[in-house]
Amino acid sequence: MNMLLDNMPALLIAVPLFFAFLIPIIGKFAPKIHDVWIILASFVSSLTAVITAVTVFTKGTIVYVFGAAAGSPAAPIDSGGIPFRIIFTIDGFCAFMLLSAAIVSFAVVLYLVSSQKERSGKSELYALYLLLTAGIFGMVSTGDLFNFFVFLEINSLAGAALVSYHRKGGIAAEGALKYLIVNTVGGLMVLFGIGLLYAQYNSLNMAFIASQMSFTTVNIVALVLFITALAMKAGSVPFHFATPDAYSVAPSGITAAMIVASQAGLYGLFRIVFTLYGDIFNTVTIGWVVIILGVLSMVIGVTMAIPQKDVKRLLAYHAVSQTGYMLLGVGVALAVLGDPLAMAAFGQTAMEGGLFHIINHAMYKGLLFLAVGAVIYRTGVWSLNKMGGLGHNMKWTMIFFLIGALAIAGIPPFNGFASKLMIYESVFAFNPALSIIAMVVSILTLASFMKVFHSMFMGPQLPEYAEVKEVPKLMIAGMVILTIFVIGFGLVPDLVVNNLITPAADALINNGAYITAVLGGGL
Amino acid sequence: MIANLPFIAVALLIGISLAIILLKKNMIKMVMGLSILEGAVNLFLVALGYRENGIAPIFTSAPEGAEMVLPTVQALTLTNIVIGVATTALMLALVMVIYKKYGTVNSNKIRRLKE
Amino acid sequence: MIGDLITGYGFWNPLIWVVVMATGLLFAWLIWRCGESDYDKGTEQTKPYLSGNDEPEKGAVHIRGGNMYWGFTQALKGYYDKLVPLHSGVVNDYLAWFLIGVIVIFVVVIVL
Repeated sequence: MNMLLDNMPALLIAVPLFFAFLIPIIGKFAPKIHDVWIILASFVSSLTAVITAVTVFTKGTIVYVFGAAAGSPAAPIDSGGIPFRIIFTIDGFCAFMLLSAAIVSFAVVLYLVSSQKERSGKSELYALYLLLTAGIFGMVSTGDLFNFFVFLEINSLAGAALVSYHRKGGIAAEGALKYLIVNTVGGLMVLFGIGLLYAQYNSLNMAFIASQMSFTTVNIVALVLFITALAMKAGSVPFHFATPDAYSVAPSGITAAMIVASQAGLYGLFRIVFTLYGDIFNTVTIGWVVIILGVLSMVIGVTMAIPQKDVKRLLAYHAVSQTGYMLLGVGVALAVLGDPLAMAAFGQTAMEGGLFHIINHAMYKGLLFLAVGAVIYRTGVWSLNKMGGLGHNMKWTMIFFLIGALAIAGIPPFNGFASKLMIYESVFAFNPALSIIAMVVSILTLASFMKVFHSMFMGPQLPEYAEVKEVPKLMIAGMVILTIFVIGFGLVPDLVVNNLITPAADALINNGAYITAVLGGGL
Repeated sequence: MIANLPFIAVALLIGISLAIILLKKNMIKMVMGLSILEGAVNLFLVALGYRENGIAPIFTSAPEGAEMVLPTVQALTLTNIVIGVATTALMLALVMVIYKKYGTVNSNKIRRLKE
Repeated sequence: MIGDLITGYGFWNPLIWVVVMATGLLFAWLIWRCGESDYDKGTEQTKPYLSGNDEPEKGAVHIRGGNMYWGFTQALKGYYDKLVPLHSGVVNDYLAWFLIGVIVIFVVVIVL
């Protein structure tokens, strides 16, 4: 048992990968127990992630060295202090991302099992889905730049293959191809940046590079490549174009998981900016770059969402818009990182608001995609122009959609309000204009969701949807899991912030702790 | 000068590949451009690890004091080649599906998802 | 106290908010109960009254999604006419935006 606990970080990748290759075999030889297996697989992989996260929150940063006895240092004694071993470094921020990914991926599997029941080729779908999960878990827990790139590519490849899965007429392939091309270019730029760093420091270990980082033009080129490529993965304006294309054609459950996948890109962005480049130069410029990206994402995302007619495309533009809030909150903290007074006054809160919004967004946007997917599952219609009156027949779906819509619009007491409030108040101290933009965007979000809610659920019962029934129980179960978190995080935001978000924010701000955890106190 | 040759080649290859993926409207050619970009990055990585008169990094019965090329970047390159094969295969498969359904590989016409 | 979220300026307590809202709704319900019920199911008064015209069929009554916020997009026509064509759907353009982003951010970071 102890050995299992010690090797949890390795199991984090091993479990989803093992099941990913096992599921097609089971699907071929024992299709009857297939669904049970996939639920089990996802449950076990989410459980490993949750156990790892809880270990980190109770016992502090885990440094897991692959291929060495438990507890070995990352840098072997005879290596002259250069850590060349492959390591996983899981600190508060990683644990927080793991938790969010674990919850969403399990809820989505429950939903998928039911919604894909009648479809063909589902073994491969689940295999790809578990690969996507492995990619996300790997991205957020690795302590090594090259492994980060490998998991990024696994994430993008599995994501693109999943996007292309169902919709007829080649439209899904189109969305997947655009997503894949854009992410491949981004991934190669990340690798090029990693090469630039390796050229100077002869190491791929994030902590070692962070400890040696200096202010050179080459480093800045690498930083710019990282920021743009990972912002593209996260879907920030002006790199967002492929995001709505891909999200609008992916199967609905998958889109909810893709939200978490894109947030892994956001994780990479914050990790590199704070931990790798945190203390070598004036972060004001980089902070403002992130803020501008955030503001552009918020405004352009929401204004593009308002006239949309395809409901999933509309939600995808809202995903872009919400990413802007996270970039804004964390960007403000980055801009004042060098100023301890401002940091204590509002920087810390802005950071916590931005990070809190990450997990909130994963929950409510996942819920919204699942609820909209439930409607599409029953009606087979994507266009808002053709929907109407579904509230008469799909009461539960309507309630879940309403909860998600109120949360994304920042209406109390749901979770979106708590994180948005933290962002507004702290950003107001930094620059009032930014805060006002954020509030206006929030109002436009509410307006846009009123449109969706009205045109989908309200109105008289339409004759063409008279036969529509509520979705199966497992799909409801998937939505219930996310709803619990949406309401729970909204009702006790202080517990979440104190126990999850503050350790995550501290882990980012205090990059010395990350370096010491890997390299030991000697360096 | 001669030592910098690989890096000049890298810059040229990146320039060519970017020109292809920005200007060529044929999707197959775009995929080729991406492969060239990947090749450029691979060349960059391998060139980083090269040492003049270096030998293969095998310590068993290596001559005393011999300089070795760096092994890590070669491992990275191998991994990236594998990833590149998977990416290219998936992209070509998607282009094939699109060609079947749309009857074209021109990126100006593959835009049913827009706005 | 449980639920107090410190936001830098003050605090936000959803539990208190829920209690206050619940009390408000309770009072609203009590006042509503005091009223006199004059709603009779199944009579003429439950039918929609449209100036004496016949009720159109259900599909025609519902305001479809595409008609909503027409005024908003119309008022911001100049903005939307510039913004929407940027989302051209051509993948070359997406990559061009990526390169522009790289160059702009690089210039900004180097200059400032």
